Amino acid sequence: MHDYSVAELAQGLREGRFSSVEVTRAHLQRIAALDERFNSFISVDESAALAEAEQADARRAAGEASALTGVPIAHKDIFCTRGLRTSCGSKMLDNFVPPYDATVVSRLREAGAVTLGKTNMDEFAMGSSNETSYYGAVRNPWDTDAVPGGSSGGSAAAVAARLAPAATGTDTGGSIRQPAACCGITGIKPTYGRVSRLGMVAFASSLDQGGPMARSAEDCALLLNAMAGHDPLDSTSSTRDTQDYTAQLERDLSGLRIGLPTQYFGEGLSAATAACVQDALRELQARGATLVDVSLPHSELTVPTYYIIAPAEASTNLSRYDGVRYGHRCEDPQDLLDLYTRTREEGFGDEVKRRILVGTYALSAGYYDAYYKKAQQVRRLIRQDFLDCFEQVDIIAGPTTPGPAFALGAKSDDPVSMYLEDVYTLAVNLAGLPAMSVPAGLVEGMPVGLQLIGQHFDEARLLNVAHQFQQATDWHLRAPGGID
Amino acid sequence: MAWESVIGLEVHLQLATVSKIFSGAPTTFGAAPNTQACAVDLAMPGMLPVLNAEAVRCAVKFGLGIGAQIGHRSVFDRKNYFYPDLPKGYQISQFEAPIVGRGEFEIALEDGSTRSIGITRAHLEEDAGKSLHEDYHGCSGIDLNRAGTPLLEIVTDPDIRNAQEAVAYLKALHSLVTYLGISDGDMSQGSMRCDINISLRPAGTDTLGTRAEIKNVNSFRFVEKAIACEIERQSDILEDGGEVVQETRLYDAERDETRSMRSKEVANDYRYFPEPDLLPVVIDDDYIEAVRASLPELPVEKRHRFAAQYGLSTYDAGVLSDSRELADYFEAVAAACGDAKMAANWVQVELLGQLNRSELGIADSPVSAADLGGLIARILDNSISGKIAKQVFEHMWQGQGSADEIIEAQGLKQVSDSGALEAMVDQVIADNGAQVEQYLAADEGKRKKLIGFFVGQVMKVSKGQANPKMVNELLAKKLT
Amino acid sequence: MAIDQHEIEKIAQLARIRIADDQIGEVTARIAEILGMVDRLQAVDTAAVEPMANPLDDTQRLRPDAVTEENRREDFQAIAPAVEDGLYLVPRVID
Repeated sequence: MHDYSVAELAQGLREGRFSSVEVTRAHLQRIAALDERFNSFISVDESAALAEAEQADARRAAGEASALTGVPIAHKDIFCTRGLRTSCGSKMLDNFVPPYDATVVSRLREAGAVTLGKTNMDEFAMGSSNETSYYGAVRNPWDTDAVPGGSSGGSAAAVAARLAPAATGTDTGGSIRQPAACCGITGIKPTYGRVSRLGMVAFASSLDQGGPMARSAEDCALLLNAMAGHDPLDSTSSTRDTQDYTAQLERDLSGLRIGLPTQYFGEGLSAATAACVQDALRELQARGATLVDVSLPHSELTVPTYYIIAPAEASTNLSRYDGVRYGHRCEDPQDLLDLYTRTREEGFGDEVKRRILVGTYALSAGYYDAYYKKAQQVRRLIRQDFLDCFEQVDIIAGPTTPGPAFALGAKSDDPVSMYLEDVYTLAVNLAGLPAMSVPAGLVEGMPVGLQLIGQHFDEARLLNVAHQFQQATDWHLRAPGGID
Repeated sequence: MAWESVIGLEVHLQLATVSKIFSGAPTTFGAAPNTQACAVDLAMPGMLPVLNAEAVRCAVKFGLGIGAQIGHRSVFDRKNYFYPDLPKGYQISQFEAPIVGRGEFEIALEDGSTRSIGITRAHLEEDAGKSLHEDYHGCSGIDLNRAGTPLLEIVTDPDIRNAQEAVAYLKALHSLVTYLGISDGDMSQGSMRCDINISLRPAGTDTLGTRAEIKNVNSFRFVEKAIACEIERQSDILEDGGEVVQETRLYDAERDETRSMRSKEVANDYRYFPEPDLLPVVIDDDYIEAVRASLPELPVEKRHRFAAQYGLSTYDAGVLSDSRELADYFEAVAAACGDAKMAANWVQVELLGQLNRSELGIADSPVSAADLGGLIARILDNSISGKIAKQVFEHMWQGQGSADEIIEAQGLKQVSDSGALEAMVDQVIADNGAQVEQYLAADEGKRKKLIGFFVGQVMKVSKGQANPKMVNELLAKKLT
Repeated sequence: MAIDQHEIEKIAQLARIRIADDQIGEVTARIAEILGMVDRLQAVDTAAVEPMANPLDDTQRLRPDAVTEENRREDFQAIAPAVEDGLYLVPRVID
């Protein structure tokens, strides 16, 4: 049962071939049996999950089923879940049980999804390897000595290991796409503003975006149908109408123009990864697409731009963790300053502290213009590069990462080299564009991803291209060994 | 040396919205601690701000009320600092692009002159919560009910020269914002709080000295006293050849002094940057014109109209236009009696006197405008004298009915019956032979003075009800 | 722009994060590397470029002025580290 996709589960439930309780129990059993190896979940509440499954079955019996009724999914532990601990991978929120649901969670609940549990992640989503989690590193199901990518590494590993058919993730600089690539699954970061940020613990407000992670583009479309849409409680949520993201999946690719940025195929990209991406592109060409060379001239500035803006926003988003109203509080504070400084020293891990300090510095008097304002200006140039490309092409394609997942510990002492892992994914967040990663091959047994970047609010087109690719290939169906 | 003080005021005005500026929690004053702080106000993880339309409207009303430029595109910024009453660790405020730009504001001074005070800007921001310093086992208690209440911060140019002007400005501001209905302006509840920036310079120069900021002064009287003692403190320092330190001070009303605050704290670096959870607020001309069309006649306009239309002095026009309720009351009295100057006099002297003694507002006056107008009408038609009218007013204040009812019930109507008056005059002349002789012996000039004695006697006999004009005429006729 | 230990201490104080004495050197070195990497931006000519705060060119929506939140103090304070009489407790605040 764990090999079923979301679409297959939804259909099976609809046809009464199995119940939600059966499906949910099967996944819970797998989590209990296998997750010791991957550490992909932080919190699992079996009885709550089974109770939700029972309610789903009851609703279906009553003829009140919706699209995902009874389908179990996992949530990244960044989404607040009412009554279920939401840690964001941090000691700071180790004891935090929200009295509310994130909009993404409530929308998926309304669509009928059952919550299996909360997945592991880099602390406050700051990381590309899942090694910064307070709950320990997640291991890549394809090779447990390798990282799963980050920050949504728990979600990616859980889906890859067939512990959950799908999971939610968030993407601030690649945190859905990079782990999806590393774990051989499919993930989409929607356009900024397409999915509500309410109840999603903030990392960098102008970059954060939630999205689905699953095994196929079709499954992602089914989840995105439930997740996307205007939220009046999020000022940055778009009021544009959503679409049925499954409606265009079967559209053929003839006439599609795919832009290949020269900067994404140059130095730094591993040859084997490049070969997988080229094979994938040939496949798309075979299905009618035209490949066009394009240029994103400010590409080399994306890493520095991102590593000013994201830490700057994070440094103030994380000021609320002060030990006063919720979360960690140090023992016996001597005075107010001690309460703040020790609570935050103890509650945050090294990478989070580093980013808070960098961000504080970038915003501080005398440096604002040189760092933050400058980065905001370059950000506009980076967005303009994409808008210029989209004058010529419908989508942009390239690698998701420079290479397959690296070994645990390989980069954990070297933040700058870790940051360069996201060299192909960061620009999309700066520009607010939708993008996805699709499994595109194996390099020495480890998955690599093809990244597809779309125009603002053109998620349907991306999902269409990815689905067509997945009709022609079976990379998305490959599973790591030893998980049965 | 003679010093001139240079004063600028920053007023934090709580706007009269029913919900918070960025959340749907209520803003009612005086609720049990933390019962009006929702997840957004508490900065729970993942919570986001959404801007209240009414707060924007209030700000635009204010901007139009002082003839200021309205920011067509205003931006919210984060002002970062840690304090327990600031749950997010930043205050959402406006820094580079405020909603209200430069404007001017005319104030009337006690001597009848007017002055124009420049308004540098006004911007929207959220209020913080409150720290309660009662001892909870050595801890302070934090109440976040007030956190997120909409504030308009109104900043003046350093145009103010003394405490009286500062108070006149604040009173005029209070009047404006209550006219506009954008705030209750209640200083005692913290709806209007004032920070005072003050420095001294040698009189006649135009350099700026080092300023001190006195935070959170919460009554007109304290503003006046805080400025007076800060001027004294700074001039003492400067006279002794010392230097004023740029710092934040607190006014201690009990000791009537200002003292330094947070001096040991690290210098703040607020790290302002555009709030990424909010988008630019765009206001178009249609919106502005619709708000403009909804504005009432403003206090300054009303003052000018009162002076022109009713011939009142600037001072009287200023007093009567101070609040919309008082101005409406005055105009209703004037309409009812037909004599605006009499109406102005009665409202200011008798009515406001009684209201002040009873600590009542105009809305609570036991005497309606129509009834006061009715009373004045009886003076004007000679039914009663001004003196009797004051008695009647006392009875009206005590709720004994309208002027006519009281005059009737107590038989206070002026005696204008010539027969009855003649009898009284004859009696007074008969009873006061010596004074009559003196009167008859006097020349024309002295007679005018002496006749007052006889009038007084007649009034006494008539218990004040004789028509003084007729009495005068009769006496003049008979004393020959 | 090089950053020294003293500046890191100042920044840490602004950010209210205590850094243990034996870690300050390491933290400074790491942050210096990161700043070294981002310094590449200084060379870009952006004189004519408007800063972009948000990837969408949308404008702020306004919320009707209505009370939509009920009192949930019990729920919120159940997860608070220290409360009494409905107040959050912190070490004495001195003005």
